[in-house]
Parts: sequence; C-alpha cells; structure tokens
Amino acid sequence: MSYQWNWGVFLQPSASGDDTYLGWMLAGFKMTIGLSLTAWVLALLLGALIGVLRTVPNRALAGFATGYVELFRNIPLLVQLFIWYFVLPELLPESLGNLYKQSNPLLQQFLASMICLALFTSARVAEQVRAGINSLPKGQKNAGLALGFTLPQTYRFVLLPMAFRLVVPPLTSEFLNIFKNSAVCSTIGLLELAAQGRQLVDYTAQPYESFIAVTLAYLLINVTVMFLMHRFERRIVVPGYIGGK
Amino acid sequence: MYEFDWSSIPGALPFLWEGMKISLEITLTAVVIGIVWGTLLAMMRLSSFRPLSWFAAGYVNLFRAVPLVMVLLWFFLIVPKFIEQLFGLPPGSDLRLTSAMIGFALFESAYYSEIIRAGIQSVPKGQMAACSALGMTYGQAMRLVILPQAFRNMVPLLLTQAIILFQDTSLVYVSALADFFGAAYKVGDRDGRLVEMLLFAGAVYFVICYTASQIVKRLQKKYHPA
Amino acid sequence: MIQISNVSKHYGAFQVLTDCTTSVSKGEVIVVCGPSGSGKSTLIKCVNGLEPFQSGEIIVNGTSVGDPKTNLSKLRAHVGMVFQNFELFPHMSITENLTIAQTKVLGRGKEEAMDKGLKLLDRVGLKAHAHKFPGQLSGGQQQRVAIARALAMDPICMLFDEPTSALDPEMVNEVLDVMTELAREGMTMMCVTHEMGFAKRVANRVIFMDQGRIVEDDSKEAFFANPRSERAQQFLAKILHH
Repeated sequence: MSYQWNWGVFLQPSASGDDTYLGWMLAGFKMTIGLSLTAWVLALLLGALIGVLRTVPNRALAGFATGYVELFRNIPLLVQLFIWYFVLPELLPESLGNLYKQSNPLLQQFLASMICLALFTSARVAEQVRAGINSLPKGQKNAGLALGFTLPQTYRFVLLPMAFRLVVPPLTSEFLNIFKNSAVCSTIGLLELAAQGRQLVDYTAQPYESFIAVTLAYLLINVTVMFLMHRFERRIVVPGYIGGK
Repeated sequence: MYEFDWSSIPGALPFLWEGMKISLEITLTAVVIGIVWGTLLAMMRLSSFRPLSWFAAGYVNLFRAVPLVMVLLWFFLIVPKFIEQLFGLPPGSDLRLTSAMIGFALFESAYYSEIIRAGIQSVPKGQMAACSALGMTYGQAMRLVILPQAFRNMVPLLLTQAIILFQDTSLVYVSALADFFGAAYKVGDRDGRLVEMLLFAGAVYFVICYTASQIVKRLQKKYHPA
Repeated sequence: MIQISNVSKHYGAFQVLTDCTTSVSKGEVIVVCGPSGSGKSTLIKCVNGLEPFQSGEIIVNGTSVGDPKTNLSKLRAHVGMVFQNFELFPHMSITENLTIAQTKVLGRGKEEAMDKGLKLLDRVGLKAHAHKFPGQLSGGQQQRVAIARALAMDPICMLFDEPTSALDPEMVNEVLDVMTELAREGMTMMCVTHEMGFAKRVANRVIFMDQGRIVEDDSKEAFFANPRSERAQQFLAKILHH
C-alpha cells in the first residue's frame, strides 16, 4: 500500500472556490460547537425540571416525568432526529408547517437538530438530577420542612444546591456526549464537523488526513470540556463535605 | 391536517424483519466481541506493566472521544479497501456488514472496558490479597475469584449497554445498510409514506428497548436488593 | 400545648402506631423511650406533620396537624425539631444555616437574623466556628448548631428525635448539657432518647412505647421506681446496665 500523504491539502482552495478546506473544517467545528452548546443549555433547564418532577410526591407529575424520560431514552437518537426533521413538519397545522418548510433549509436542519439533541439529552440529565436528589439523606428534606420551608423552598434552598454539586461529574459526561451525538445530525445534511470531514474525503481524495484532522478536533473539544468542568467542580466544592450518606 | 395511511406496513413486514435480523446480528456480534475485548482492555488498563496500561488507556479514551457516526463512516469508507488488499478479495466485494460489525465491536469495547474496569475495582482489595495468600497466581485469582464476582455486579450495566448498542445500530444508516431502521426508511421513501414508517420504526424500537430495560430493572432488583 | 389523641398509622398492612394518646403541657419536658422499631420516632414526626397519620388527631397550640386545610409550613416554623443525623445543610456556612429560615420563612431582615443566630451560637458555645461549614465540625458541635438553628425560629416547643444516638460517646454530654439548660429555662420539649440520665434529671414525664403503642405514660418518679409493664422493666434493665 502506498499512500501519498499530503497535509498541505487543507490550505488548498476548496471546490466551492471561495474558501480553503481548512475553512470548511472550521465552519463545521463552529457548527458543532454552536449546535451542541445551545442544545446543552436547553437540555440542562428541561432536564433539571423533569428530574425534580420525578422526585415530587405527586403521582401525576412524577408519572409524566417518568414517561418523558422513558420515551426519549428508548428510541434511537437517529430515529428521533428523523421524526423531528421529516415527520413533525407534516403533523403541524398546515400554515405553520408550510412556514417551516419554506424557511431556509439550514434553519430547518439546525432547529430539528437542536430540538432533538436538547430533548434526548434532557432525559439523561433528568435521570442524573433525580439520582442526585435521591442520594441526599432523607433527613435533609425533613429538616427543611421542619424549619417551616414549603416544599418548593425546601427544593430551592436545601435539596437542589447539594444535588447539583453531586451531579456535576456525571453531567460532565453527558456534556461530552452531546458534542459526540451532534455528529448524528450530519445525516439530515447539517454541515457540522463530521459532515465536513466526509465532504473532505469526497473532494480531496485524502481520506486519512481528513479523518485524522476531524478526530483531533473532537479530541480537542473533549479535553477542553473536561478541563473546564474539572475547574468548575473544584470551585463548587463544599468545605469538609466528604459525600455519601 | 395530515392524513395517515398505514397500509404500506403489512406488506413490508418481511423486509423489515430481514432488517431487524441485521440489527440483531450486529448487536450480538458487537456485544460478544465488545465484552471479550473489553475485558482484555480493562485488565491491561489495570496492569502494572506501563506500556500495556498506556495502550489500553489511549485506546479507550480515543474511542470515547469520537462520535460513533464518525467511526462507522471511517470503517465504511476506508476499511473495506484495506480488507480487500489484505485478503486479496476482488475490489467491490460487499464488506459493508463486516466493516460495520468490526466498527461497532471496536467502538463498543471501549465502553465495555470502562464498565468492566469499574466492576473489577468494585471487588474489595482484600480478595486479591486472600488469593495471593492461598498461593494463586495473578491469572488464577482473576479467573477464579475476581472476574466472577465483578461480572455478577456488572450484569445489569452490561445489559443496559447492550440496549444502548441496539439503539446505536440504527446508525449503520450512514453506510446504507438495510438494518431495521434502514429498511423502514427505504420502504417509507419508496411508498411516499416516510411519516408513517418513521413513527412505526420509533414505536418498534420503543417497545423493544422499554421492555428490555424493564427486564434489566427486575433482574437488578432480584440480585441486588437495596 | 401538644394534644395527641387516638393516633394510628400504618404503611400498607404494617401497623406503625396504634391508638396513641398523650399530651404535653406548656413548660413540660417529656421523654419518649422504647426499643428500636417501637414507633417513637414516627410519633414525634407526626407532631409536626413530617409523617402523615390515618386516624386520630394531633393539636399543636390550637392547630390540628392532620387537617388538610392547615398550613403545615406555618405551623412547623414555630415547632423546632432536632434530628438524629443533625441535618445541617452541608453547602451553607454555619451562619447561613442559622439565618436562612429566619429570613426566608419568618421574613426577618439579614442583620436581625444574623444577630439572633450569633447570639444563639454563642449560647451553645460555638461562636468561634461561625464561618466554618458543617463538614468541618465534629458531630457534637454540629448537633449544637442544629439546636441553635431550631431556637433561632423562636419555637413554642422543641421536638428532639434521638439527638445523641449518632454521636460518639464523648460528645453526648455537650449536647445533653445544652438540652438540660433549655429545659431548665422552661422550654416545652418532647424528646425521643435513650439517655435515661437526662430523663431522670429533667423530665416531668416518661412515655414508654412498644410495638407502636404507648405502654406507659407516667411521672418520671413512678416510671423509674416501679414500671408497671414487664416490657418496660426489661427495657430499663437492659439500658441501665451500661
């Protein structure tokens, strides 16, 4: 096997003419970051809410939250994405559906991807939040209530601040996952990092360089996220608290 | 309002079943290879021989850092050529299924190895000391005492990972393989009934995965009451 | 102050409390004892509604605890409770632990709450630790802070749920001393505890529970001199041996 390595390929003008192949990669990188971060913020908010609902002493609310989590955990991400992208616009009221279908295709892809990743991830975040709350000693809730806090106040001042600290390490791994999962969105044509990598293979006939570059970009994301989350974890450490029950 | 038409499903069932068999085949191969190779990786990672543990750590961290879709693409685009040359197969042989299986197996073993490593570490240190005190070698201790206990603790996690893997097999869509999801998509596309087929596929995955995860939960309660 | 009438409670088929009746008057100190699983902790948690009960009635300072219309948070704000495992809030400093409920529940100003908190912290002998976190204190110190936290709410009565049973032996007395002082000042107290020395020193009455029932409810003199039931005699014999 003789393969002609050519790392200079990234600086060549791209097929579209107005950019280099490196420019393509950077565009994909930005898309991956932008998509993942927006979806992550939504997933955190929704996941926290659903996770809390799973622990409240109200059958209907807790049941709804359980159903939500099971629904999004037991259907493959790809299938969910296709449902958001291909099915939902058909099921919307006609005027709204048409408005969506006539919008910029990139906007359609981005919206479907963002909603999909956000809801998929929120179910996982919810599970971690629930586990965090349930791992607190039961007496903490009683102590909050015994001081005259209402249930919402007990969650806000007593349970959630501690639960979030416990949940940061597992959430780090969900945070990493959302970047990786965003690659699935290449299947509906969104030009994020993995899709750009594939384009590079098609256009440059230098598959190894392209894949190595994309892999390095994902590694860079991984290392950065872990570094930041580790610093965050150290900032929120509770003096003298060793954890556990 | 959208008018549903589910009529293309009954006729497509045999084709969908063929697809399901491919999904299950990939899942099974990847689980078996993943657990075997994952166990070896975990033992390497815990080994005191530095190069081995570095190799295992590098392998696991690399595969855990990149998206599965990318690994599958990589295997789809590059590995077939490599295999053709290696085994002298005629160019253009259909190696998509084989490469997908290899891709899944190598990728999932990174995840399995982390589960197994945690399982091994969950066995109290005193057990290894007790084995040494009885005169067992490292290999004997692992095989007879440590791994059996570790696997018992890990069974629910290994099964949960298998359910995730089964869901992930839908990603072979990128290599145009007709697994269950690929088959459903093709039928929907052909008949202009994508909406129904996608919803149907989602429902089938949900029923299978939900049932399986409930069974795992039962097992967990039965063997680890607490 | 506290009226408990015919209270029963069950989890499914399991009967936890059966027909419990007793009362605590203003300024009285009641010690509740009994073997583990006898329902004493459950009974005391019923008093401020932390545990629901199916039948009977509990009236605290004129308010019915079991009535669905009762605002339990409002009631609990004036009933102090001290827990077996202290249950300080680990993510807050000691001063925050002492002030948070004062400001958020009673609506006191920050400064007023802080003054009150520090005064009480001084009273339990821990003023020097104000800026530490719970995890940096010993068990005995944490429990004293927990008592100060409850007192900061100006409670009309105090409930103690085995306040010393999670403590190392050498720390038990520092907590009991605080409780004794409190009793001498005339606080109405209901204490679940095995500390019979404490009961002898300060209790007005002793309640002995077994299998969810109140078996004895007597003045401490009568209880210690001559327990009527065999089970109470056995319990006392075991517990007073060491």
